[in-house]
Amino acid sequence: MAAALINVPKKAKRGEIIEIKTLMSHIMETGYRRTATGELVPRDIITSFTCRYNGVEVFRADLFPAIAANPFITFFTVATESGKFDFEWIGDRGFTETASAAISVE
Amino acid sequence: MRLLLTIAVTGLLLAVGLAVSRLSATEIPQAERRSGYTFMSPDTKAIQDDDTANPGMLWVLDGETLWKRKTGTADKACADCHDDISASMKGVAARYPAFDRALGRPVNLEQRINLCRTQHQQATPLPYESRDLLALTAFVAQQSRGVPITAAADPQLEPFVAKGRDIFMRRQGQLNLGCTNCHNDNWDKHLAGSAVTQALPTGYPLYRLEWQSLGSLQRRLRNCMTGMRTQLYDYGAPEMVELELYLMSRAHDLPIETPAVRP
Repeated sequence: MAAALINVPKKAKRGEIIEIKTLMSHIMETGYRRTATGELVPRDIITSFTCRYNGVEVFRADLFPAIAANPFITFFTVATESGKFDFEWIGDRGFTETASAAISVE
Repeated sequence: MRLLLTIAVTGLLLAVGLAVSRLSATEIPQAERRSGYTFMSPDTKAIQDDDTANPGMLWVLDGETLWKRKTGTADKACADCHDDISASMKGVAARYPAFDRALGRPVNLEQRINLCRTQHQQATPLPYESRDLLALTAFVAQQSRGVPITAAADPQLEPFVAKGRDIFMRRQGQLNLGCTNCHNDNWDKHLAGSAVTQALPTGYPLYRLEWQSLGSLQRRLRNCMTGMRTQLYDYGAPEMVELELYLMSRAHDLPIETPAVRP
């Protein structure tokens, strides 16, 4: 039941700098911890996050161990035209999640 | 005669004075009570204040899915009986733990959800601290956001509140500490780098940054008990619920913040 929380302003003026906030549900297991019996807990993290604005990549992040669970990523972009933001998270064990949000630019 | 009167009046004043000082030495005066939120840094407050930044909302979203999902041999979803959650569950978390007539003792919100599962959905109870139980509890409790806490108002609960208070006041464990030694007597100070706070459970289940997860009040209490080096009560133990009940009675009238964020 992975879920994402996305905060993109619904409306913006052309040329305005807008903040985008994303929160993804994930355990972010580092791969360095061991169980009580000494076995290594396999790494399970998100490795990549991308944001496309009407198909054009505007933000990308590579993630590594030692990032908190449920990573919260915020960034800024310039509102150029009305359309859609597409978000994609890719991780270990075949983890992929997508989300999108619309914006109208006046 | 005048001398006798003076002695009597002095005695009365002394008695009143003693009663007042005893009260203030054990419990926090109503006007001085503050949610744990007020002890947090501006950064942590900002996480709680913004629903798209508050990781507790991830559990709330999961809870919404579970609320609508049919389960158990009765093949019923919570929503099938309780309809619109924003109306049916508003204020519920503010009055829990509540007295259960069939059991003859108080049950907390998690136990109520599991009772509903076993009795009405004919489903298996969810284990304590499982993601599903936390999610459902968070979703139900979130409906009471802003509602003042009224738990322990039921007169049938009085003996159980008293038992909870006893556990709170009693010195226990290898460090010989009572909850009261920190949370009544020293709440305005720090333990290592952290604020001690007043032990007012306004936002459970809450997202604790230390846990990197949502957790119940009982998990938090067990953390404190480990710190006191005392024997832990099991999840769902009657003593745990009594302690929860007493803590909620201390937080009377403070608004519910679920899902809160704490450091």
